[in-house]
Amino acid sequence: MPRLKRRINNLSHLFLPLSVLVILIIINLIKGADYFRITMVNGALYGNIPNILFGASELVILSIGMTLVTAASRGQDISIGESGAISSAIFVQYVLNAGEVTLCTILVGFLISCVAGLVIGAFNGTLVSFFNVQPMVATLILFLGGRSIAFIIDGKVSPILANEISNRIGTVIPGVPIPTPIILTAVFIVVVAVVLRTTNLRLYVEAVGVNPSAARLNGINPKKVIFLTFLLMGVCSAVAGFIAVNKAGRHDSVNLLKFIMMDAILAVALGGNSLGGGKFSITGSIIGAYTIEMLNRTLLRLEVNPEAIKAFKAVFIIVLMVIASPVVRVFVKKFLDEAKTIVARYSVRQTGGLNKGAASITDTTGKKGE
Amino acid sequence: MLSENILKMEGIGKSFPGVRALHNVDLTLRKGEIHALMGENGAGKSTLIKILTGVYQKDVGRIILEGRPVHFRSPQDAQNMGIGTVFQEIALCPNLTVAENMFIGRSRNAFVKWKQMNTKAAEMLSSLGIPASPTQELASCSIAVQQMIAIARAVDMDCKILILDEPTSSLDEDEVQKLFALMRQLKDRGVGIIFITHFIDEVYAISDRITVLRNGELIGEYQTSALPQIELISKMMGKALSDVSAIKKHEPPESDDSVPVFEAKALSSAAGVRPFNFKIQKGEVNGFAGLLGSGRSESVRAIFAADKVSGGEVKINGRRVKIKTPLQAMKQGIGYLPEDRKGDGIIDELSVCDNLILALQVMKGFFKPLSRKQAEEFADQFIKKLDIKTPSPNTPIKSLSGGNQQKVILARWLLTQPMYLILDEPTRGIDVGTKVEIQKLVLKLAADGMSLTFISSEIDEMLRVCSRLIVMKDREIVGELSGMNLTEQDVMHMIAQGGK
Repeated sequence: MPRLKRRINNLSHLFLPLSVLVILIIINLIKGADYFRITMVNGALYGNIPNILFGASELVILSIGMTLVTAASRGQDISIGESGAISSAIFVQYVLNAGEVTLCTILVGFLISCVAGLVIGAFNGTLVSFFNVQPMVATLILFLGGRSIAFIIDGKVSPILANEISNRIGTVIPGVPIPTPIILTAVFIVVVAVVLRTTNLRLYVEAVGVNPSAARLNGINPKKVIFLTFLLMGVCSAVAGFIAVNKAGRHDSVNLLKFIMMDAILAVALGGNSLGGGKFSITGSIIGAYTIEMLNRTLLRLEVNPEAIKAFKAVFIIVLMVIASPVVRVFVKKFLDEAKTIVARYSVRQTGGLNKGAASITDTTGKKGE
Repeated sequence: MLSENILKMEGIGKSFPGVRALHNVDLTLRKGEIHALMGENGAGKSTLIKILTGVYQKDVGRIILEGRPVHFRSPQDAQNMGIGTVFQEIALCPNLTVAENMFIGRSRNAFVKWKQMNTKAAEMLSSLGIPASPTQELASCSIAVQQMIAIARAVDMDCKILILDEPTSSLDEDEVQKLFALMRQLKDRGVGIIFITHFIDEVYAISDRITVLRNGELIGEYQTSALPQIELISKMMGKALSDVSAIKKHEPPESDDSVPVFEAKALSSAAGVRPFNFKIQKGEVNGFAGLLGSGRSESVRAIFAADKVSGGEVKINGRRVKIKTPLQAMKQGIGYLPEDRKGDGIIDELSVCDNLILALQVMKGFFKPLSRKQAEEFADQFIKKLDIKTPSPNTPIKSLSGGNQQKVILARWLLTQPMYLILDEPTRGIDVGTKVEIQKLVLKLAADGMSLTFISSEIDEMLRVCSRLIVMKDREIVGELSGMNLTEQDVMHMIAQGGK
């Protein structure tokens, strides 16, 4: 029992993303009861849920990295889309120049793009941890210049990645009903879970995020930990870029993962994480990322004018953030407590009026108890 | 004229949840006098000042200002009544000009009359003899001048009473003299000055009278000229605990010529401690004694490499080692419980369990996490052993009381089984019961062969626990006392005479 209780307590920080998810599902079910229906089209699963899982793959991966960066450095990386564009540009160039495309070529290209991601992460991380630049300012550099670098690597507008393997990575592998990006995201999540379980990443990051001074006096080097989270962010960006470019089938250096850092930061916040660093929940961020994708698709499904979608989304998020803010939480708690005491007083008066004898007996036993 | 009381505080009392910060404290301030308010940490000086400046509301007592009882509901209230305060940290804006800093937020108009403001500022600066120009940027002035401008700002508010809370802590000798000159000038104008400092010599250089507080109670009010330094120190330190008999000190092992567990030669750090020599034997408990700011914390921080070590060599068990980071110190078997529990000790949002295993976990390394089960076993073991009162090991440490938080930090280091443990003010701000528990634990650990350094502001606590005291004054070791029959007198004499 206490174990179970603790489990439930651990879930309390997921209240926000889960409740939003439930609200969105209800809205969708009202719109049409067939929301959850999944059909098979050409041997692959098709429906709202697979679409959301498919569409959110890059965002989920990026929000994991963003969670770690936020927790340790108390700031956000706004260059993730650009860093994904750069590393995927390198991947595309490698594949295009490799001659015949085999699975091996793709794998090597992927690994090279991951190294590129590490280099970008190291650049941002050095600025933030060793030169003490604000994370948002440090990453602003690549946010501004990153797409130009990606274009220079491309050498021309939107090189096309026309090969069977890329197509399969971006859509489905024949015979496997689940779209490949969903599988890759799942694998990535499992890898992250294993890393969190087999290393002290969580303890180090949280300690540094909450109290860097105390962490230092316990032998943790806060600079190194912050640097590490930026390295991991770089890898996340590379993986997300890899998926995005294979989905698109070409490398559009201008639009690939454009403005995705906004959604990633939002996913972190929706997941119940403080943007001021400290304790973090990756589960929360993942649910937050899927929630954002679901919100986008819900608005489409409600036939909101595509021009107006962003405004609707903004309103929805403002309402959400206000509801979840500590101010409102405290207020609600106070309100509930007051309501409880009023109800309690009322019911006591009722029993007192109806059954005075019983009330006086409880009174005397109460006194004895004291 | 001189004997006219400008301020009288009578029977002031103030409690915070679980702590009685002030009890029946009086303070009288005469017109044109400099009155030193003295006491060690936790004596209640700052609480008293905060009541006087309207930051806190008193629970009981009266404040009489110029013969009329007053009640301050806010700092603004106190300011309007003519009480100006200058805090230790300069609360000015470095990027504004001197004149702007002096007048900012004072005018009721939305527009600033620059010319008028600058002329008025220039007048004030010259009348107070402050070497600054009104249009100069504040950041370009020295710290002392900035401090003086803060005073000028406070004085301008038609101030009758000026409170200076440790104004000299970041000034050098020369600057202090300039500040004193300004204080004397204000005194001649009839301003009553309350002066708080940790530097005994300054008190004697400038104050007329002294009020001493200890543990939230008034010890007495004295003429400075009639109170010898040694007596002042003894009044400040006093006796906090009377259950001396409860604790029996262990005789340190006699083999003084054996190889010390830890030895430092000419160790110094970037935090400004002068190079010092230090050693500790197996099973010995020693301590750095001295008033606040004497460099006792900086010394132990240098040992643990908590501040950047700038020189000196270190030997562990006779072997030369390099300790440049806290992790290296930990790996050599040194543990360090920092003075600032909230800022340097606890990771407040994390659970008791995470806080407890932190040091051990870091020593084991990044890739070898303890299993959840193992961590909780350790936590349960120490929660029982040190009687830590917590609802569960998974409770965030910030919801525990100060004493229990401190026990968790203590447990954190005991878990690493250090050979040499440094405890800097382990008993500060915690209840008497826990204090005694911690003292007993220290002696038990020493009996089991651990070496410990124990620092406390309460001298009698150190005398009870330590068998050797290293006495510090003004960031320098001025002497060493050892033996079973140490008394407070010995320590105070050494502090009072040392460094002269």
